[in-house]
Amino acid sequence: MDPHKLVKMANDIADFFASEGEHDAIVDGVAGHLRRFWDPRMRRELVRFVDEGGAGCKDAVRDAVLQRRDTLVPPA
Amino acid sequence: MDSVKLPDAGTPARDAAEQVTLEIDGRAVTVPAGTSILRAAAEAGVRIPKLCATESLEAFGSCRLCLVEVAGRRGTPASCTTPVEAGMKVRSQSDALARLRRGVMELYISDHPLDCLTCPTNGNCELQEMAGVVGLREVRYGYEGENHFAGAEKDTSNPYFDFDPGKCIACSRCVRACDEIQGTFALTLVGRGFDSKIAAGPTDFLGSECVSCGACVQACPTATLVEKSIVERGQPDHSVVTTCAYCGVGCAFRAEMKGDEVVRMVPHRDGHANHGHSCVKGRFAWGYATHKDRITKPMIRRSIHDPWREVSWDEAIAHTAAEFRRIQGTYGRGAVGGITSSRCSNEETYLVQKLVRAAFGNNNVDTCARVCHSPTGYGLKTTLGESAGTQDFDSVERADVVVLIGSNPTDAHPVFASQMKQRLRAGARLIVVDPRSIDLVRSAHVEADYHLQLRPGTNVAVVNALAHVIVTEGLHREDFVRERCELPAYERWKAFIAEPRNSPEATESITGVPAATLRGAARLYATGGNAAIYYGLGVTEHSQGSTMVIGIANLAMVTGNLGRPGVGVNPMRGQNNVQGSCDMGSFPHELPGYRHVSDPAVRALFTAAWGVDLDSEPGLRIPNMFDAALDGSFKGLYVQGEDIAQSDPNTHHVSAALEAMECIVVQDLFINETARFAHVFLPGSSFLEKDGTFTNAERRISRVRRVMAPLAGKADWEVTVALAEALGYPMPYDHPSQIMDEIARLTPTFHGVSYAKIDRLGSIQWPCNDRAPAGTPVMHAGEFVRGKGKFVITEYVATSERSSRKYPLLLTTGRILSQYNVGAQTRRTANTAWMSEDLLEIHPSDAELRGIRDGDRCLVRSRAGETTLRATLTERVQPGVVYTTFHFPGTGANVITTENSDWATNCPEYKVTAVEVSLAHEPATWQRRFAEFQREQDELLPAATPPTEPR
Repeated sequence: MDPHKLVKMANDIADFFASEGEHDAIVDGVAGHLRRFWDPRMRRELVRFVDEGGAGCKDAVRDAVLQRRDTLVPPA
Repeated sequence: MDSVKLPDAGTPARDAAEQVTLEIDGRAVTVPAGTSILRAAAEAGVRIPKLCATESLEAFGSCRLCLVEVAGRRGTPASCTTPVEAGMKVRSQSDALARLRRGVMELYISDHPLDCLTCPTNGNCELQEMAGVVGLREVRYGYEGENHFAGAEKDTSNPYFDFDPGKCIACSRCVRACDEIQGTFALTLVGRGFDSKIAAGPTDFLGSECVSCGACVQACPTATLVEKSIVERGQPDHSVVTTCAYCGVGCAFRAEMKGDEVVRMVPHRDGHANHGHSCVKGRFAWGYATHKDRITKPMIRRSIHDPWREVSWDEAIAHTAAEFRRIQGTYGRGAVGGITSSRCSNEETYLVQKLVRAAFGNNNVDTCARVCHSPTGYGLKTTLGESAGTQDFDSVERADVVVLIGSNPTDAHPVFASQMKQRLRAGARLIVVDPRSIDLVRSAHVEADYHLQLRPGTNVAVVNALAHVIVTEGLHREDFVRERCELPAYERWKAFIAEPRNSPEATESITGVPAATLRGAARLYATGGNAAIYYGLGVTEHSQGSTMVIGIANLAMVTGNLGRPGVGVNPMRGQNNVQGSCDMGSFPHELPGYRHVSDPAVRALFTAAWGVDLDSEPGLRIPNMFDAALDGSFKGLYVQGEDIAQSDPNTHHVSAALEAMECIVVQDLFINETARFAHVFLPGSSFLEKDGTFTNAERRISRVRRVMAPLAGKADWEVTVALAEALGYPMPYDHPSQIMDEIARLTPTFHGVSYAKIDRLGSIQWPCNDRAPAGTPVMHAGEFVRGKGKFVITEYVATSERSSRKYPLLLTTGRILSQYNVGAQTRRTANTAWMSEDLLEIHPSDAELRGIRDGDRCLVRSRAGETTLRATLTERVQPGVVYTTFHFPGTGANVITTENSDWATNCPEYKVTAVEVSLAHEPATWQRRFAEFQREQDELLPAATPPTEPR
């Protein structure tokens, strides 16, 4: 999966949840959306991309991946 | 006129609390006040002769056949225009009345050709019937006098019906049908006295304002207006009630048959969605079902550059199953998936998603609603708790204010548009939010009070500004919100929406909508009485599509416009079964009934019923499937009734993804654009060839009934069953009704649905269960489905698809009345008489700047690609905006559109593409390659197969 496309999509999700106000709530919103709507291979690719630096990711996306990793990557 | 004769009460039913009892020919009858004597007589079993009256039209009183005598009154009033009164004593028969009626008939027949035996309506002509009823035995005036039939020229310009003025009795039923039912006002009675005649304008029918809905043909009591199919084939011998397979209105039709051949489709007057009305597509454009391009034999091939080989059903199914298992063995369980279609039935889409989840063992199933109304599902479920519109269509009759947002119903949902226009003509107010001047902004006897002509991509800023005005001016319904909604979320939203940056004055520079206009519209919506919002793809197909749906729900909640007739939030579904295909679990994250795959209780229910463990992770959505195909993790796709190669955005990307796959299986009526990339072709069956149900935009489940055998030997559901069984997963159904029974068992909102109940009630609006055994016309009465309604903050975020110096114009896309979606059906009908190519609408000032004249070929270039179209100069679009449709594959509208998509659902942003337009002298490079590819693919078809694409 093209990671740049995934980053764009994740950043758009972060823009929506930005109105949650509290950073933790925003991060929950982003992680929850990824968990509910993204196929695991897309989530795994995003996680990999963030682990490698995550260029272009908004803070909420980066934190969703780093802080909610266990919910985003299902057991193999 | 109607054939396969139905009783006709002569004038419309009245809905009045007061009941009136009278006596007609000695029989007592009680009817609502306001009912005509003619109708009361019909209800009492007394048939009064009539010609100009029919129950679908208001009484006119011109033919003088329905005269009656009323005790104690002088004269012989027309029973159609005389309302009943308590205690009235009416006589329908007397010598005097008989003489009068015969006299009237003598005059009619003296000016009518006596060619009954060779007339197309012989045996089904009201004039002929009335001559018999009144006992006409002679015509004292003879036939030699001045008349209207000698030398009368037929107008055969309309591809579907003829107009023979020589047979016209000037009853005006056609004119009134066009006015009252359709609301187009295309027909008129010109001239006076003996010179009176019906005219469709200065030219002919085809060149007139006529939209070919057929209401006039249906209303005509003679052979003046008659279907060409009846002229060619004669009168039908039986009829079957079924449901149209075009748009989301879901009109009921009587398929009128001779044996197993359809001779015409007549809108069913008891149809709950259409009340006897139709449009040009449903009524006339059904010839595609037996078009010579239909592929009726299964075919397979190793690569898309190999010739197709016709094979048996068994071989095709076994080959497909073996290929899918091979791919899963090589690339993993998640390397295959399926796409369901909104053009297919509930039962068919249910089976495809079941096949994917139970036999493929993953959740890689999606549906074409991904590219149209997926944001509706997200937005309405988030705020109200259910992924569906809130009202029935009839609710519009109680609306005082109609708000149309990004919806063009006269083109896309014409039959509902007619109902809406009736209400607007009766005084309801209208607000249009659309970048384009759609017909309803100003048409015959309808004019919008406000047209918010926003810049494409700024919907959310507009809806926020509307809510801002309502909240800051105190026009909201605090009592409704406090009773019905979550208060903490409301308070947060209210503080957000009241911020000055959401005011119309602040957003004007973004949206282009003058602040005063927007304030006026907001005040009207909040204070004008019952206010109902109808929205379409102009809302959903944006990067903030889901946000906008949420914004609409917020607006309805804050004004209390939910939970009763006349109000609500109404998504206008594009295709016939968008609602149903979504209901049936076609989305990769949801099982039937919109229940998330991660819910263990829901999975347990389906696991018990289906006998397999189900994946708890969401699967790939259609755009994700393309991306996964390009990265090598997705290799096999079963596509039922969809044409993703034509309908999905960024054609280059889609083509590359399809070419990267190893087994694409297309099940369709025709070799569509996707089938050119396929390895297996499974012949599909049209709606005339199978049983099932469709669910329309108002959640109405209606029966589709088989009227002819499947041309390829199998109905679509049988093909999916065969494929499942070849994969080792039995699906033991004998009839689609058993599939619906399973859906009902497993889906709470469908618990009460069965074919027997649909047959009994005519149709059912879900939820239909113990709490609502006859269905639910209006949802969220008393309480929202989610309990308390939830306000969600809708921050406006500008799309990243912006105009620039290189791409200074914004392209937006839409539909036209005569064509349907990718056009595979309507391009194979005479509807091409109205539109034979996609055109680029451009404002005259933008055209002049570029040296473009009407009809010139133009190059349209975006960041994704370029194509050429012919220009049509029109002020329907504002300067800076261009518009086109996507009905013809050779146009390549989606070569230009980008993959930018809704943040929540990946619904593509078809409505905003930055482009530049310039004069072109030859087709674009893509178009030349496309034509070559099409030629190459046509040559790979078996020799007996005709060319696939009407050009």
